[in-house]
Amino acid sequence: MSKQVRKGDKKKDTDKKEDVASNPEVTEKGKKLKEDMDKLMDEIDDVLEENAEEFVKNYVQKGGE
Amino acid sequence: MKKIIGTETEFGIVLKGEGRTDAVTSSMFLVNSYPYSLSSAPLWDYENENPLLDARGFEADGERERPGAEYNKLLNKPLSNGGRYYVDGAHPEYSTPECSDPKELVLYEKAGERILELSVEFANRRKQGEGRFSVYKNNTDHKGNSYGYHENYLVDRSVSFEKLSSQLIPFLVTRQIFTGSGKVGSDVRSDFIPYQISQRADFFEVLIDLNTMVKRPIINTRDEPHADPKRFRRLHVIVGDANMSEITTYLKVGTMALVLTMIEEGREVSGVELDDAVRSIKDISRDLTVKEKVRLSRGVAWSAIEIQREYLSAAEAHFAQCADPITREILERWRKVLDQLEDDPRQLTREIDWVIKLDLIESYMQRHECGWKDSRVAMMDLQYHDVVSDKGLYYALERGNHVERFLTPEAILAAQAAPPEGTRAYFRGTCLKKFPKDVYAASWATVLFNTDNGVIKKVPLMDPFKGDKERVGPIIEKAKTVEELLSLLAG
Repeated sequence: MSKQVRKGDKKKDTDKKEDVASNPEVTEKGKKLKEDMDKLMDEIDDVLEENAEEFVKNYVQKGGE
Repeated sequence: MKKIIGTETEFGIVLKGEGRTDAVTSSMFLVNSYPYSLSSAPLWDYENENPLLDARGFEADGERERPGAEYNKLLNKPLSNGGRYYVDGAHPEYSTPECSDPKELVLYEKAGERILELSVEFANRRKQGEGRFSVYKNNTDHKGNSYGYHENYLVDRSVSFEKLSSQLIPFLVTRQIFTGSGKVGSDVRSDFIPYQISQRADFFEVLIDLNTMVKRPIINTRDEPHADPKRFRRLHVIVGDANMSEITTYLKVGTMALVLTMIEEGREVSGVELDDAVRSIKDISRDLTVKEKVRLSRGVAWSAIEIQREYLSAAEAHFAQCADPITREILERWRKVLDQLEDDPRQLTREIDWVIKLDLIESYMQRHECGWKDSRVAMMDLQYHDVVSDKGLYYALERGNHVERFLTPEAILAAQAAPPEGTRAYFRGTCLKKFPKDVYAASWATVLFNTDNGVIKKVPLMDPFKGDKERVGPIIEKAKTVEELLSLLAG
Protein backbone atom coordinates (compact mmCIF):
# COMPACT_ATOMS: atom_id res chain seq x y z
CA MET A 1 0.00 0.00 0.00
CA SER A 2 0.99 3.60 -0.33
CA LYS A 3 2.02 3.69 3.29
CA GLN A 4 4.58 1.04 2.57
CA VAL A 5 5.77 3.05 -0.38
CA ARG A 6 5.92 6.12 1.81
CA LYS A 7 7.74 4.15 4.45
CA GLY A 8 10.30 3.23 1.81
CA ASP A 9 10.59 6.85 0.76
CA LYS A 10 11.11 7.96 4.32
CA LYS A 11 13.90 5.49 4.69
CA LYS A 12 15.64 6.93 1.69
CA ASP A 13 15.46 10.38 3.24
CA THR A 14 16.85 9.37 6.59
CA ASP A 15 19.38 6.76 5.59
CA LYS A 16 22.58 7.74 3.93
CA LYS A 17 21.79 7.96 0.26
CA GLU A 18 24.78 5.99 -0.93
CA ASP A 19 23.87 3.13 1.45
CA VAL A 20 20.51 2.78 -0.17
CA ALA A 21 21.89 3.06 -3.65
CA SER A 22 24.53 0.46 -2.92
CA ASN A 23 22.15 -1.92 -1.18
CA PRO A 24 20.39 -3.81 -3.96
CA GLU A 25 18.09 -5.54 -1.47
CA VAL A 26 16.59 -2.24 -0.29
CA THR A 27 16.27 -0.88 -3.81
CA GLU A 28 14.67 -4.11 -4.92
CA LYS A 29 12.19 -4.02 -2.04
CA GLY A 30 11.24 -0.41 -2.76
CA LYS A 31 10.76 -1.26 -6.41
CA LYS A 32 8.58 -4.23 -5.51
CA LEU A 33 6.40 -2.08 -3.24
CA LYS A 34 5.97 0.52 -5.94
CA GLU A 35 5.02 -2.20 -8.41
CA ASP A 36 2.53 -3.73 -5.98
CA MET A 37 1.00 -0.33 -5.40
CA ASP A 38 0.70 0.41 -9.12
CA LYS A 39 -0.89 -2.97 -9.64
CA LEU A 40 -3.42 -2.31 -6.89
CA MET A 41 -4.31 1.12 -8.27
CA ASP A 42 -4.77 -0.35 -11.75
CA GLU A 43 -7.02 -3.01 -10.28
CA ILE A 44 -9.15 -0.38 -8.54
CA ASP A 45 -9.49 1.57 -11.78
CA ASP A 46 -10.65 -1.65 -13.44
CA VAL A 47 -13.26 -2.68 -10.87
CA LEU A 48 -14.59 0.65 -9.65
CA GLU A 49 -18.22 1.08 -10.72
CA GLU A 50 -18.63 3.12 -13.85
CA ASN A 51 -20.66 6.30 -13.51
CA ALA A 52 -19.63 6.57 -9.88
CA GLU A 53 -21.51 9.82 -9.48
CA GLU A 54 -24.84 8.33 -10.48
CA PHE A 55 -24.25 5.10 -8.60
CA VAL A 56 -23.49 6.88 -5.35
CA LYS A 57 -26.39 9.28 -5.81
CA ASN A 58 -28.82 6.41 -6.32
CA TYR A 59 -27.55 4.39 -3.41
CA VAL A 60 -30.37 5.00 -0.95
CA GLN A 61 -31.23 2.52 1.78
CA LYS A 62 -34.05 2.23 4.24
CA GLY A 63 -32.90 2.57 7.83
CA GLY A 64 -32.70 -0.86 9.35
CA GLU A 65 -32.15 -2.80 12.59
CA MET B 1 -11.50 -18.39 27.01
CA LYS B 2 -15.14 -19.38 26.77
CA LYS B 3 -17.46 -16.51 25.95
CA ILE B 4 -20.57 -17.03 23.86
CA ILE B 5 -20.70 -14.49 21.08
CA GLY B 6 -22.73 -13.97 17.93
CA THR B 7 -23.11 -11.06 15.52
CA GLU B 8 -25.90 -9.90 13.23
CA THR B 9 -25.05 -8.02 10.06
CA GLU B 10 -27.57 -6.13 7.95
CA PHE B 11 -26.25 -5.58 4.45
CA GLY B 12 -26.92 -2.71 2.09
CA ILE B 13 -28.49 -3.91 -1.17
CA VAL B 14 -28.99 -2.31 -4.56
CA LEU B 15 -30.32 -3.58 -7.87
CA LYS B 16 -28.70 -1.44 -10.51
CA GLY B 17 -30.12 -0.94 -13.97
CA GLU B 18 -33.82 -1.67 -13.43
CA GLY B 19 -35.23 1.72 -12.59
CA ARG B 20 -37.34 1.75 -9.46
CA THR B 21 -36.83 -1.33 -7.34
CA ASP B 22 -38.16 -2.34 -3.99
CA ALA B 23 -35.62 -3.20 -1.31
CA VAL B 24 -37.84 -5.79 0.40
CA THR B 25 -38.42 -7.68 -2.87
CA SER B 26 -34.71 -7.45 -3.71
CA SER B 27 -33.70 -8.75 -0.27
CA MET B 28 -36.13 -11.63 -0.52
CA PHE B 29 -34.93 -12.54 -4.02
CA LEU B 30 -31.33 -12.48 -2.81
CA VAL B 31 -31.87 -14.59 0.30
CA ASN B 32 -33.84 -17.14 -1.74
CA SER B 33 -31.00 -17.31 -4.28
CA TYR B 34 -28.51 -18.84 -1.86
CA PRO B 35 -27.81 -22.22 -3.47
CA TYR B 36 -27.05 -24.11 -0.27
CA SER B 37 -30.25 -23.31 1.58
CA LEU B 38 -31.88 -26.43 2.97
CA SER B 39 -34.38 -27.59 0.37
CA SER B 40 -36.77 -28.72 3.09
CA ALA B 41 -37.05 -25.09 4.26
CA PRO B 42 -37.73 -25.31 7.97
CA LEU B 43 -39.58 -22.46 9.65
CA TRP B 44 -38.05 -19.94 11.99
CA ASP B 45 -39.67 -20.38 15.39
CA TYR B 46 -40.69 -16.95 16.69
CA GLU B 47 -42.33 -18.32 19.83
CA ASN B 48 -39.65 -17.20 22.27
CA GLU B 49 -38.85 -13.89 20.59
CA ASN B 50 -39.81 -10.66 22.25
CA PRO B 51 -37.63 -7.67 21.37
CA LEU B 52 -39.92 -5.40 23.40
CA LEU B 53 -38.77 -6.53 26.84
CA ASP B 54 -36.62 -3.83 28.42
CA ALA B 55 -33.67 -4.67 30.66
CA ARG B 56 -34.77 -1.86 32.96
CA GLY B 57 -37.79 -3.94 33.90
CA PHE B 58 -40.79 -3.21 31.68
CA GLU B 59 -42.30 -4.21 28.34
CA ALA B 60 -42.70 -1.64 25.59
CA ASP B 61 -45.79 -1.36 23.38
CA GLY B 62 -45.52 -2.65 19.84
CA GLU B 63 -46.27 -5.56 17.58
CA ARG B 64 -44.35 -8.79 17.81
CA GLU B 65 -43.35 -10.37 14.54
CA ARG B 66 -45.38 -13.50 13.65
CA PRO B 67 -45.35 -14.20 9.90
CA GLY B 68 -47.51 -16.99 8.42
CA ALA B 69 -45.84 -20.26 7.38
CA GLU B 70 -45.27 -19.54 3.69
CA TYR B 71 -44.01 -16.03 4.31
CA ASN B 72 -41.90 -17.30 7.20
CA LYS B 73 -40.10 -19.64 4.78
CA LEU B 74 -39.51 -16.86 2.28
CA LEU B 75 -37.98 -14.66 4.94
CA ASN B 76 -35.93 -17.20 6.85
CA LYS B 77 -33.15 -19.62 5.95
CA PRO B 78 -31.88 -21.47 9.01
CA LEU B 79 -28.37 -22.62 8.06
CA SER B 80 -26.58 -25.89 8.66
CA ASN B 81 -23.71 -23.89 10.18
CA GLY B 82 -26.15 -23.02 12.97
CA GLY B 83 -26.63 -19.43 11.81
CA ARG B 84 -29.63 -17.65 10.34
CA TYR B 85 -29.85 -15.98 6.94
CA TYR B 86 -32.98 -13.87 6.52
CA VAL B 87 -34.74 -10.72 5.47
CA ASP B 88 -35.02 -8.09 8.17
CA GLY B 89 -37.14 -5.17 7.06
CA ALA B 90 -35.55 -3.94 3.84
CA HIS B 91 -32.19 -5.65 4.24
CA PRO B 92 -30.68 -9.11 3.88
CA GLU B 93 -29.25 -10.13 7.23
CA TYR B 94 -26.88 -12.83 8.43
CA SER B 95 -26.61 -13.91 12.04
CA THR B 96 -23.63 -16.04 12.93
CA PRO B 97 -24.20 -19.15 15.01
CA GLU B 98 -23.31 -18.88 18.68
CA CYS B 99 -19.50 -19.07 18.84
CA SER B 100 -17.30 -19.98 21.81
CA ASP B 101 -14.59 -17.37 21.44
CA PRO B 102 -13.70 -14.22 19.45
CA LYS B 103 -11.55 -16.03 16.92
CA GLU B 104 -14.29 -18.46 16.02
CA LEU B 105 -16.67 -15.52 15.69
CA VAL B 106 -14.43 -13.89 13.08
CA LEU B 107 -14.46 -17.16 11.12
CA TYR B 108 -18.26 -17.37 11.09
CA GLU B 109 -18.65 -13.72 10.23
CA LYS B 110 -16.34 -14.18 7.24
CA ALA B 111 -18.34 -17.28 6.25
CA GLY B 112 -21.37 -14.98 6.18
CA GLU B 113 -19.68 -12.69 3.65
CA ARG B 114 -19.18 -15.68 1.37
CA ILE B 115 -22.83 -16.72 1.80
CA LEU B 116 -23.88 -13.26 0.65
CA GLU B 117 -21.40 -13.34 -2.22
CA LEU B 118 -22.76 -16.66 -3.49
CA SER B 119 -26.29 -15.32 -3.18
CA VAL B 120 -25.39 -12.29 -5.31
CA GLU B 121 -23.81 -14.51 -7.93
CA PHE B 122 -26.85 -16.80 -8.16
CA ALA B 123 -29.36 -13.96 -7.90
CA ASN B 124 -27.72 -12.18 -10.83
CA ARG B 125 -27.77 -15.41 -12.81
CA ARG B 126 -31.40 -16.38 -12.22
CA LYS B 127 -33.01 -12.97 -12.48
CA GLN B 128 -34.46 -11.58 -15.67
CA GLY B 129 -33.56 -8.22 -17.15
CA GLU B 130 -30.34 -6.29 -17.34
CA GLY B 131 -30.06 -5.24 -13.73
CA ARG B 132 -27.63 -6.72 -11.27
CA PHE B 133 -27.36 -6.82 -7.51
CA SER B 134 -24.64 -5.35 -5.34
CA VAL B 135 -24.42 -5.99 -1.62
CA TYR B 136 -22.35 -4.07 0.93
CA LYS B 137 -21.19 -4.93 4.43
CA ASN B 138 -21.24 -1.35 5.67
CA ASN B 139 -23.60 0.72 7.80
CA THR B 140 -24.65 3.85 5.93
CA ASP B 141 -25.98 5.10 2.60
CA HIS B 142 -24.32 8.47 3.32
CA LYS B 143 -27.73 10.11 3.18
CA GLY B 144 -28.66 9.76 6.82
CA ASN B 145 -29.88 6.15 6.72
CA SER B 146 -28.10 3.52 8.76
CA TYR B 147 -28.47 -0.24 8.98
CA GLY B 148 -27.03 -2.16 11.79
CA TYR B 149 -24.32 -4.42 12.94
CA HIS B 150 -25.10 -5.92 16.33
CA GLU B 151 -22.87 -7.88 18.66
CA ASN B 152 -24.38 -10.27 21.18
CA TYR B 153 -22.61 -11.48 24.27
CA LEU B 154 -23.98 -13.93 26.79
CA VAL B 155 -23.62 -12.37 30.22
CA ASP B 156 -24.28 -13.67 33.70
CA ARG B 157 -27.73 -12.46 34.84
CA SER B 158 -26.41 -11.69 38.31
CA VAL B 159 -24.55 -8.61 37.01
CA SER B 160 -26.90 -5.65 37.23
CA PHE B 161 -27.77 -3.85 34.04
CA GLU B 162 -26.90 -0.49 35.60
CA LYS B 163 -23.43 -1.72 36.40
CA LEU B 164 -22.96 -3.12 32.91
CA SER B 165 -24.02 0.17 31.32
CA SER B 166 -21.88 2.42 33.46
CA GLN B 167 -18.83 0.19 33.02
CA LEU B 168 -19.31 -0.16 29.28
CA ILE B 169 -20.21 3.34 28.05
CA PRO B 170 -16.69 4.85 28.16
CA PHE B 171 -15.30 1.67 26.62
CA LEU B 172 -17.81 1.58 23.75
CA VAL B 173 -17.47 5.28 22.97
CA THR B 174 -13.67 5.12 22.73
CA ARG B 175 -13.05 1.69 21.18
CA GLN B 176 -13.85 3.05 17.68
CA ILE B 177 -10.22 4.20 17.38
CA PHE B 178 -9.41 0.57 16.60
CA THR B 179 -12.83 -0.76 15.56
CA GLY B 180 -14.05 1.94 13.14
CA SER B 181 -14.54 1.07 9.48
CA GLY B 182 -13.98 4.64 8.27
CA LYS B 183 -16.40 6.88 6.39
CA VAL B 184 -16.02 9.57 3.76
CA GLY B 185 -17.95 12.64 4.93
CA SER B 186 -20.76 12.80 7.41
CA ASP B 187 -24.41 11.78 7.72
CA VAL B 188 -25.06 14.99 9.63
CA ARG B 189 -26.12 17.67 7.17
CA SER B 190 -24.12 20.89 7.03
CA ASP B 191 -21.17 19.14 8.59
CA PHE B 192 -18.51 18.93 5.90
CA ILE B 193 -15.64 16.76 6.97
CA PRO B 194 -13.57 14.77 4.52
CA TYR B 195 -13.30 11.55 6.51
CA GLN B 196 -14.13 10.11 9.91
CA ILE B 197 -13.25 7.00 11.89
CA SER B 198 -16.67 5.43 12.40
CA GLN B 199 -19.54 4.55 10.06
CA ARG B 200 -22.05 4.57 12.88
CA ALA B 201 -21.09 7.39 15.29
CA ASP B 202 -23.23 10.00 13.49
CA PHE B 203 -26.38 8.02 14.26
CA PHE B 204 -26.26 7.83 18.04
CA GLU B 205 -28.47 10.34 19.79
CA VAL B 206 -29.16 9.05 23.30
CA LEU B 207 -27.29 7.21 26.03
CA ILE B 208 -29.56 4.31 26.99
CA ASP B 209 -32.80 3.12 25.36
CA LEU B 210 -34.74 0.24 23.81
CA ASN B 211 -34.87 1.68 20.29
CA THR B 212 -32.61 0.50 17.51
CA MET B 213 -34.11 2.28 14.48
CA VAL B 214 -34.67 5.86 15.64
CA LYS B 215 -32.98 7.85 18.37
CA ARG B 216 -30.37 5.15 18.61
CA PRO B 217 -28.81 4.60 22.03
CA ILE B 218 -25.17 3.82 22.90
CA ILE B 219 -26.52 1.15 25.26
CA ASN B 220 -29.47 -0.85 23.99
CA THR B 221 -31.75 -2.24 26.68
CA ARG B 222 -33.38 -5.06 24.72
CA ASP B 223 -33.75 -7.92 27.16
CA GLU B 224 -34.29 -10.95 24.98
CA PRO B 225 -31.82 -13.55 26.21
CA HIS B 226 -32.80 -16.41 23.85
CA ALA B 227 -31.83 -18.52 26.85
CA ASP B 228 -32.88 -19.17 30.43
CA PRO B 229 -33.69 -15.62 31.61
CA LYS B 230 -32.94 -16.46 35.23
CA ARG B 231 -29.32 -17.30 34.46
CA PHE B 232 -28.46 -15.33 31.37
CA ARG B 233 -28.62 -11.96 29.78
CA ARG B 234 -27.84 -11.31 26.11
CA LEU B 235 -26.05 -8.00 25.87
CA HIS B 236 -27.12 -6.49 22.56
CA VAL B 237 -24.43 -4.03 21.44
CA ILE B 238 -25.68 -1.90 18.55
CA VAL B 239 -23.04 0.82 18.55
CA GLY B 240 -20.34 -0.91 16.51
CA ASP B 241 -19.35 -0.80 12.83
CA ALA B 242 -19.42 -3.81 10.54
CA ASN B 243 -15.79 -4.51 9.65
CA MET B 244 -14.06 -6.06 6.69
CA SER B 245 -10.66 -6.65 8.33
CA GLU B 246 -10.29 -9.89 10.25
CA ILE B 247 -7.95 -8.19 12.71
CA THR B 248 -10.34 -5.30 13.36
CA THR B 249 -13.24 -7.70 13.95
CA TYR B 250 -11.08 -9.82 16.23
CA LEU B 251 -10.03 -6.82 18.30
CA LYS B 252 -13.58 -5.51 18.46
CA VAL B 253 -15.18 -8.66 19.85
CA GLY B 254 -12.05 -9.84 21.67
CA THR B 255 -11.55 -6.73 23.80
CA MET B 256 -15.30 -6.61 24.51
CA ALA B 257 -15.26 -10.25 25.65
CA LEU B 258 -12.39 -9.51 28.05
CA VAL B 259 -14.06 -6.40 29.46
CA LEU B 260 -17.34 -8.27 30.02
CA THR B 261 -15.58 -11.17 31.74
CA MET B 262 -13.85 -8.68 34.05
CA ILE B 263 -17.15 -7.03 34.95
CA GLU B 264 -18.77 -10.42 35.58
CA GLU B 265 -15.89 -11.38 37.85
CA GLY B 266 -16.18 -8.19 39.87
CA ARG B 267 -13.34 -5.98 38.62
CA GLU B 268 -14.33 -2.39 37.94
CA VAL B 269 -12.75 0.43 35.99
CA SER B 270 -13.38 3.76 37.67
CA GLY B 271 -12.71 7.42 36.97
CA VAL B 272 -13.44 7.30 33.24
CA GLU B 273 -17.13 8.28 33.18
CA LEU B 274 -17.73 10.66 30.29
CA ASP B 275 -19.28 14.06 30.76
CA ASP B 276 -21.24 13.82 27.49
CA ALA B 277 -20.90 10.40 25.84
CA VAL B 278 -23.23 11.16 22.92
CA ARG B 279 -21.14 14.16 21.96
CA SER B 280 -17.84 12.41 22.61
CA ILE B 281 -18.63 9.49 20.31
CA LYS B 282 -18.96 11.96 17.41
CA ASP B 283 -15.95 14.06 18.43
CA ILE B 284 -13.69 11.02 18.67
CA SER B 285 -14.91 9.79 15.28
CA ARG B 286 -13.85 13.11 13.74
CA ASP B 287 -10.35 13.21 15.16
CA LEU B 288 -8.05 11.35 12.79
CA THR B 289 -5.04 12.22 14.95
CA VAL B 290 -6.64 10.20 17.77
CA LYS B 291 -5.07 12.66 20.21
CA GLU B 292 -7.83 15.11 21.13
CA LYS B 293 -9.29 14.90 24.59
CA VAL B 294 -12.88 14.48 25.71
CA ARG B 295 -14.29 15.70 29.02
CA LEU B 296 -14.79 13.29 31.87
CA SER B 297 -17.45 13.77 34.56
CA ARG B 298 -14.80 14.47 37.17
CA GLY B 299 -13.73 17.58 35.28
CA VAL B 300 -10.54 16.52 33.55
CA ALA B 301 -10.09 15.77 29.84
CA TRP B 302 -8.65 12.51 28.52
CA SER B 303 -7.95 11.11 25.07
CA ALA B 304 -9.68 7.98 23.78
CA ILE B 305 -6.32 6.19 24.02
CA GLU B 306 -5.95 7.13 27.69
CA ILE B 307 -9.44 5.84 28.46
CA GLN B 308 -8.75 2.60 26.59
CA ARG B 309 -5.50 2.20 28.54
CA GLU B 310 -7.47 2.19 31.79
CA TYR B 311 -9.47 -0.79 30.54
CA LEU B 312 -6.36 -2.47 29.17
CA SER B 313 -4.46 -2.08 32.47
CA ALA B 314 -7.41 -3.50 34.40
CA ALA B 315 -7.59 -6.43 31.97
CA GLU B 316 -3.84 -7.09 32.17
CA ALA B 317 -4.07 -7.20 35.95
CA HIS B 318 -7.24 -9.27 35.94
CA PHE B 319 -5.93 -11.87 33.49
CA ALA B 320 -2.33 -11.84 34.76
CA GLN B 321 -2.49 -15.52 35.73
CA CYS B 322 -4.56 -16.60 32.73
CA ALA B 323 -2.64 -18.75 30.26
CA ASP B 324 -5.43 -19.07 27.70
CA PRO B 325 -3.75 -18.34 24.33
CA ILE B 326 -6.63 -16.29 22.92
CA THR B 327 -6.81 -14.11 26.03
CA ARG B 328 -3.04 -13.55 25.86
CA GLU B 329 -3.17 -12.76 22.14
CA ILE B 330 -6.00 -10.24 22.53
CA LEU B 331 -4.20 -8.48 25.40
CA GLU B 332 -1.04 -8.30 23.33
CA ARG B 333 -2.80 -6.99 20.24
CA TRP B 334 -4.82 -4.50 22.30
CA ARG B 335 -1.66 -3.03 23.85
CA LYS B 336 0.11 -2.93 20.50
CA VAL B 337 -2.74 -1.22 18.69
CA LEU B 338 -2.95 1.49 21.38
CA ASP B 339 0.82 2.02 21.24
CA GLN B 340 0.71 2.31 17.47
CA LEU B 341 -2.27 4.66 17.53
CA GLU B 342 -0.41 6.86 19.98
CA ASP B 343 2.78 6.83 17.95
CA ASP B 344 1.21 7.18 14.50
CA PRO B 345 -2.12 5.66 13.40
CA ARG B 346 -0.71 5.29 9.87
CA GLN B 347 1.24 2.27 11.07
CA LEU B 348 -2.03 0.34 11.06
CA THR B 349 -2.59 0.21 7.29
CA ARG B 350 -2.64 -3.58 7.39
CA GLU B 351 -4.83 -4.11 10.44
CA ILE B 352 -7.47 -1.49 11.16
CA ASP B 353 -10.27 -0.80 8.68
CA TRP B 354 -10.51 2.97 9.05
CA VAL B 355 -6.75 3.35 8.50
CA ILE B 356 -6.64 0.80 5.66
CA LYS B 357 -9.46 2.60 3.84
CA LEU B 358 -8.06 6.08 4.47
CA ASP B 359 -4.65 5.10 3.14
CA LEU B 360 -6.15 3.43 0.09
CA ILE B 361 -8.28 6.47 -0.76
CA GLU B 362 -5.41 8.89 -0.27
CA SER B 363 -3.18 6.85 -2.55
CA TYR B 364 -5.91 6.89 -5.16
CA MET B 365 -6.45 10.64 -4.82
CA GLN B 366 -2.73 11.19 -5.21
CA ARG B 367 -2.60 9.12 -8.36
CA HIS B 368 -5.62 10.74 -9.98
CA GLU B 369 -5.03 14.18 -8.52
CA CYS B 370 -8.57 14.36 -7.24
CA GLY B 371 -10.07 15.48 -3.93
CA TRP B 372 -12.45 14.23 -1.26
CA LYS B 373 -15.52 15.47 -3.09
CA ASP B 374 -14.77 13.40 -6.21
CA SER B 375 -17.55 10.85 -6.71
CA ARG B 376 -14.95 8.10 -7.31
CA VAL B 377 -13.82 8.63 -3.71
CA ALA B 378 -17.39 8.19 -2.44
CA MET B 379 -17.63 5.09 -4.62
CA MET B 380 -14.45 3.68 -3.11
CA ASP B 381 -15.85 4.22 0.36
CA LEU B 382 -18.86 2.09 -0.58
CA GLN B 383 -17.07 -0.47 -2.71
CA TYR B 384 -14.51 -1.20 0.02
CA HIS B 385 -17.42 -3.12 1.59
CA ASP B 386 -18.69 -4.93 -1.54
CA VAL B 387 -19.10 -8.62 -0.66
CA VAL B 388 -18.26 -9.85 -4.16
CA SER B 389 -14.59 -10.83 -4.17
CA ASP B 390 -13.67 -9.48 -7.58
CA LYS B 391 -15.44 -6.16 -6.95
CA GLY B 392 -14.83 -5.48 -3.27
CA LEU B 393 -11.82 -3.23 -2.69
CA TYR B 394 -11.07 -4.84 0.66
CA TYR B 395 -10.70 -8.17 -1.13
CA ALA B 396 -8.40 -6.59 -3.70
CA LEU B 397 -6.15 -5.55 -0.80
CA GLU B 398 -6.36 -9.08 0.56
CA ARG B 399 -5.34 -10.61 -2.76
CA GLY B 400 -2.34 -8.31 -3.05
CA ASN B 401 -1.28 -9.19 0.51
CA HIS B 402 -1.75 -5.57 1.60
CA VAL B 403 -3.69 -6.53 4.74
CA GLU B 404 -3.07 -8.92 7.62
CA ARG B 405 -5.30 -11.94 8.03
CA PHE B 406 -5.31 -15.18 9.98
CA LEU B 407 -8.08 -17.26 8.40
CA THR B 408 -7.63 -19.62 5.46
CA PRO B 409 -10.12 -19.76 2.57
CA GLU B 410 -10.57 -23.49 3.32
CA ALA B 411 -11.64 -22.81 6.91
CA ILE B 412 -14.06 -20.09 5.76
CA LEU B 413 -15.56 -22.45 3.19
CA ALA B 414 -16.05 -25.19 5.80
CA ALA B 415 -17.71 -22.71 8.20
CA GLN B 416 -20.44 -21.99 5.65
CA ALA B 417 -21.79 -25.50 6.20
CA ALA B 418 -20.53 -26.86 9.52
CA PRO B 419 -21.47 -25.43 12.93
CA PRO B 420 -19.14 -24.43 15.76
CA GLU B 421 -18.59 -27.38 18.08
CA GLY B 422 -18.67 -25.74 21.49
CA THR B 423 -22.20 -24.34 21.74
CA ARG B 424 -25.85 -25.30 21.12
CA ALA B 425 -25.32 -24.18 17.51
CA TYR B 426 -23.78 -27.62 17.07
CA PHE B 427 -27.08 -29.35 17.87
CA ARG B 428 -29.13 -26.97 15.70
CA GLY B 429 -26.80 -27.10 12.69
CA THR B 430 -26.09 -30.82 12.83
CA CYS B 431 -29.79 -31.71 13.11
CA LEU B 432 -30.61 -29.44 10.18
CA LYS B 433 -27.96 -31.21 8.16
CA LYS B 434 -28.69 -34.80 9.21
CA PHE B 435 -32.51 -34.63 9.36
CA PRO B 436 -33.37 -31.87 6.90
CA LYS B 437 -36.88 -33.14 6.21
CA ASP B 438 -37.71 -33.73 9.84
CA VAL B 439 -36.89 -30.34 11.29
CA TYR B 440 -40.15 -28.43 11.39
CA ALA B 441 -38.68 -25.22 12.79
CA ALA B 442 -35.62 -23.83 14.52
CA SER B 443 -34.68 -20.78 16.55
CA TRP B 444 -31.88 -19.76 18.89
CA ALA B 445 -33.45 -21.57 21.81
CA THR B 446 -35.40 -24.41 20.14
CA VAL B 447 -35.36 -27.10 17.49
CA LEU B 448 -38.80 -28.54 16.59
CA PHE B 449 -39.10 -31.94 14.92
CA ASN B 450 -41.87 -33.56 12.89
CA THR B 451 -42.43 -37.04 14.30
CA ASP B 452 -44.02 -40.18 12.83
CA ASN B 453 -47.46 -39.73 14.37
CA GLY B 454 -47.75 -36.15 13.17
CA VAL B 455 -46.87 -34.61 16.50
CA ILE B 456 -44.34 -31.80 16.58
CA LYS B 457 -41.81 -32.26 19.36
CA LYS B 458 -39.73 -29.42 20.72
CA VAL B 459 -36.19 -29.71 22.00
CA PRO B 460 -35.48 -26.65 24.12
CA LEU B 461 -31.95 -25.20 24.03
CA MET B 462 -32.19 -22.79 26.92
CA ASP B 463 -28.54 -23.19 27.88
CA PRO B 464 -26.28 -21.94 25.05
CA PHE B 465 -23.33 -23.92 26.43
CA LYS B 466 -25.18 -27.22 26.06
CA GLY B 467 -26.00 -29.01 22.82
CA ASP B 468 -22.29 -28.88 22.02
CA LYS B 469 -20.44 -31.64 20.19
CA GLU B 470 -19.00 -33.21 23.30
CA ARG B 471 -22.44 -33.67 24.87
CA VAL B 472 -24.68 -34.45 21.89
CA GLY B 473 -22.27 -35.43 19.11
CA PRO B 474 -22.30 -39.18 19.86
CA ILE B 475 -26.11 -39.17 20.27
CA ILE B 476 -26.77 -37.46 16.94
CA GLU B 477 -24.30 -39.77 15.27
CA LYS B 478 -25.93 -42.88 16.73
CA ALA B 479 -29.52 -41.89 15.91
CA LYS B 480 -30.75 -43.10 12.53
CA THR B 481 -34.12 -41.40 12.77
CA VAL B 482 -35.57 -38.42 14.59
CA GLU B 483 -37.58 -40.78 16.81
CA GLU B 484 -34.35 -42.46 17.83
CA LEU B 485 -32.72 -39.11 18.44
CA LEU B 486 -35.57 -37.91 20.65
CA SER B 487 -35.62 -41.14 22.60
CA LEU B 488 -31.83 -41.06 23.10
CA LEU B 489 -32.05 -37.43 24.26
CA ALA B 490 -34.84 -38.30 26.69
CA GLY B 491 -32.93 -41.32 27.99
